[in-house]
Amino acid sequence: MANDEHKEGIKGMANPGRYGIERVAYWMMRLSGLGLLAYFIGHIYETSNILRGQVGWDEVLELTQTTEAHIVLAIVIGMCVFHTVNGVRVMLGHGGIGVGKPARPDYPYEPASQNYRHKIGIYSAILLAAIAMMYGLAVMFGE
Amino acid sequence: MAQVSSIANEQTSTPLSSSTSITLRISRFNPEHDESSGFMEFSVPVQKWTTVLEAILEVKKHFDHSVAVRYSCRQATCGSCGMIINGKPRLACFTKISELNSNVVTVEPMNNFPVIRDLAVKFEKLFDSHQKIKPFLIRDDTELESDEKEFLQSPEEVEQYIQFANCIKCGLCNSACPTMATDSSFVGPQALAQAYRYVADTRDKGKDSRLKIIDDSHGIWRCHFAGSCSQVCPKGVDPAMGIQLLRGYLLGFRS
Repeated sequence: MANDEHKEGIKGMANPGRYGIERVAYWMMRLSGLGLLAYFIGHIYETSNILRGQVGWDEVLELTQTTEAHIVLAIVIGMCVFHTVNGVRVMLGHGGIGVGKPARPDYPYEPASQNYRHKIGIYSAILLAAIAMMYGLAVMFGE
Repeated sequence: MAQVSSIANEQTSTPLSSSTSITLRISRFNPEHDESSGFMEFSVPVQKWTTVLEAILEVKKHFDHSVAVRYSCRQATCGSCGMIINGKPRLACFTKISELNSNVVTVEPMNNFPVIRDLAVKFEKLFDSHQKIKPFLIRDDTELESDEKEFLQSPEEVEQYIQFANCIKCGLCNSACPTMATDSSFVGPQALAQAYRYVADTRDKGKDSRLKIIDDSHGIWRCHFAGSCSQVCPKGVDPAMGIQLLRGYLLGFRS
């Protein structure tokens, strides 16, 4: 094995479903974070075109009015909403809020930290992201 | 690993009274002379109560005694036989083949641990991390005088940490952790959960020194609450809960 430490590496995230919705949320949090970072860099490039004057600015704005750009923006809206809502859930969990109380475990040892509150939080984040994306698409393509 | 063989039709020397058999795929790798790992397949007769460890021992007994596996108690107490079974970290002695709902059972060494051979992995780093967080009661008055009583605790105080004292150091949580998969310096969910176990113990006075140890860029802040550690723990320790509660001390939510 090339890897002496036998690390699972990034490919360990390739099948997040085997550990349940919490691992899927972890995986989506990473992806949406990277996606938003990429958008942020692109957005700085986009707005910096204002330095090229009215003509340059109009050229860039034209690029954002295409079907492809609208779809990208809808994905950005979804990533933004999911990252925000799931981020609030994770931050609360990091403070020890909603992770359950220590107690003598009974078989089959359902972990209290993976409780319905957090599952609701994750599904809410996904649902709100989907609604926001649909609203965004309706606004962008409805004009 | 060059050799991959299948002896699925071979009969055992001592046939079991079983009507079903499964294909057991065992990862074979010897770091001393193999470039990469491979699988060997064996047809193993099983009963509904047969565990994965028993199936592996059946292979060792009748097919290939060179399969390397670590085990001891066979009752989920020693924490020796952790391995990846059908994609998830589990204890081989605590996993019945019938509960896997598959005719093909694949066993591999745990991720995030260096492989000694086949299914046996090195635990040095796990034990080093465990030792690092001072897994013992820290007090000024360590030695009891003859006329003193033991340190008394209420049942409520015991409840705060007893769950985390169930850890058998099997390493399944470290194997499932996505941070451990990419960060070699991360202290890991096992050690962090044990840090909470002692911090939450009212007899212990070492909270500040332990929090200082884990308050590190590769310490508690690397946990992103994926929760996989808790899902694979065979003793109900719930390391994810312990880590978040422990972080509460550092963030000022708990005192």
